[in-house]
Amino acid sequence: MADLVLSGPITAPPSRWRSALARGGARLWIGGGLVALLLLIALFAPLIAPHDPAEQNLMSAQLPPAFMQGGEAAFPLGSDSLGRCVLSRLMYSARTAVMVALIASLLAAIIGIALGLIAGAFGGWIDQLVSRLIDVWMAFPPVLLSIVLAAVIGAGLTSVIAAIVVVDWTRFARITRAETQAQLARDYAAAARVLGLTRAQALRLEILPNLVPLIVTLLAVEMGVAILVEVILSFVGISVTGDTASWGGMITEGRQIVYQSPWIMALPILAVIVSVIGFNMLGDGLRAALDPVQRR
Amino acid sequence: MRWSAILKRLALIPPTLLGVGAIVFVLLRVVPGDPIAMMIPPGASPADITRLRALYGLDQPLLSQFITWLGQVAVGDFGRSISLRQQVFELVGARLPATLELAALSVSMALLMGVAVALVGSLLRGTRAEWLLDTANGVFLAIPDFLWALILLLGFGVLLPLLPISGRLDPQLAVAFRTHFYLIESLLTLRLDVAADLLRHMLLPSLALALPFAALVARLLKAQLAEAEDQDYAQIARTRGFSRTTILQREVFPNALIPTVALSGVQVTLLLGGTVLVERIFSYEGIGNMAIDAVINRDFPLIQGLILTFAVLFIALNLAVDLLVALLDPRLRHG
Repeated sequence: MADLVLSGPITAPPSRWRSALARGGARLWIGGGLVALLLLIALFAPLIAPHDPAEQNLMSAQLPPAFMQGGEAAFPLGSDSLGRCVLSRLMYSARTAVMVALIASLLAAIIGIALGLIAGAFGGWIDQLVSRLIDVWMAFPPVLLSIVLAAVIGAGLTSVIAAIVVVDWTRFARITRAETQAQLARDYAAAARVLGLTRAQALRLEILPNLVPLIVTLLAVEMGVAILVEVILSFVGISVTGDTASWGGMITEGRQIVYQSPWIMALPILAVIVSVIGFNMLGDGLRAALDPVQRR
Repeated sequence: MRWSAILKRLALIPPTLLGVGAIVFVLLRVVPGDPIAMMIPPGASPADITRLRALYGLDQPLLSQFITWLGQVAVGDFGRSISLRQQVFELVGARLPATLELAALSVSMALLMGVAVALVGSLLRGTRAEWLLDTANGVFLAIPDFLWALILLLGFGVLLPLLPISGRLDPQLAVAFRTHFYLIESLLTLRLDVAADLLRHMLLPSLALALPFAALVARLLKAQLAEAEDQDYAQIARTRGFSRTTILQREVFPNALIPTVALSGVQVTLLLGGTVLVERIFSYEGIGNMAIDAVINRDFPLIQGLILTFAVLFIALNLAVDLLVALLDPRLRHG
């Protein structure tokens, strides 16, 4: 009897985590890296910023970045019209951006998912009500709605966050509603009911976990959107007040002296772009990594 | 789309508009800012202020203000702008054409660019260049219109001043226009110098609006092209000796177009919403720019009129896209 020869060493199947990371690909890594960098800067801004962001040095106003002609090493990315350090203000603005992004997207997600889940699962008049509400919301130009809202509530961080939540909950509600309906139509949802789970239990134990990949992806994208809305509101002149540094405020101030010192406007634009692309790539990567259909 | 479906959609329009109107109305009236305070001259007496409040109906209770407004809107009277002291209907009518021309130019540019990128991307399928194109497309998609506006302003207005960055027309070229559709009118009356100047002013703002939309069209169309190219009929055409370019043009493209129109059409509303900020950035005299001024001045009647105008445009666009898809797709013709 011939010996049974096993060819090659026996290896364990790749872990779910590892295969998910592989599916996410470069987008997941680059996006995750950029977002992590943003979070670190926001968290450690007081430690790494060379200056106090509100400290004015009128003797050295509108300096170009240090690597350009006329720059000073004390101001690595130059100074603004009041002689405040641009690099320090960029770093402190990251704090504002991250705070707005985290709080606003989480609140929008909680409201949107709750309404979407209820509408999708229970149907009937509740679904009608939520759907009509979404219709009305979709008929508003979102930018204009957030401007009106922020004007109503008054300037400040709370106002920016409230404007984002009130405008953007529909993003989560629409998709959660559609996905809940799709999941409920599947066999496993029916099986859960046959096994004796109540509707609420089936929603919590079976449907919601299947929505998680979608929600995580939406959250990442929404954080990018939230950063943009803050910039928009600053631009129109109704965002954070006083000495709170924000990218939107920096862009608005930079625009007034754009002909003399274009970098003052260009640098915060660059920061916004890099952050938004980071969140978008992270969202794309997460979608690929967490998609249960591709989980083989 | 069946007739009954169209009727149902049409029937939902009035309640949606009513909802939009009610929300804006209530929202504006909890504003702490007072529009009258912004328009009175420094020496006005309290009696003058009371008279002005009564003139604009601001002394009435909220519900009766809303009902009065609804009754007026129903007969086409949107009230008088508080800050500009003209009929809202006339103000919006004078500015809307500027926004429509800008949006139409942006959509056309975006479609041209998007289709071109999708076709090139399909021909490059499986190569390193395709990956590069997709990545670049992703970046264009991630940066929204108003950031493009700021980038273009910085690039072509400041660093490399080639194009005008503010207004709609060089004041020296002021022509007595009969309509507010300046571009269309100047083309029709063969004032090509005026048309060229209008286009030069529109180029940067419309490019800012077009770039992210073009990237969206490119991404959707490219995915649809890839799917259609893998279908049997495309494979068979290939084995019969037709070139890939011919098949792409004649067989695959028409089939990929329908889902692309359906998916991207709805996003035209986003482009239209984007005009608000882009017009502001380039001081373009459309309704978006006007809306921001109206909010800053707490001009209730004007804000209400403008938001309703946007809402009507959004709803009409969505309906138009659904009808267009139904027209393009033979499978939907019979419901």
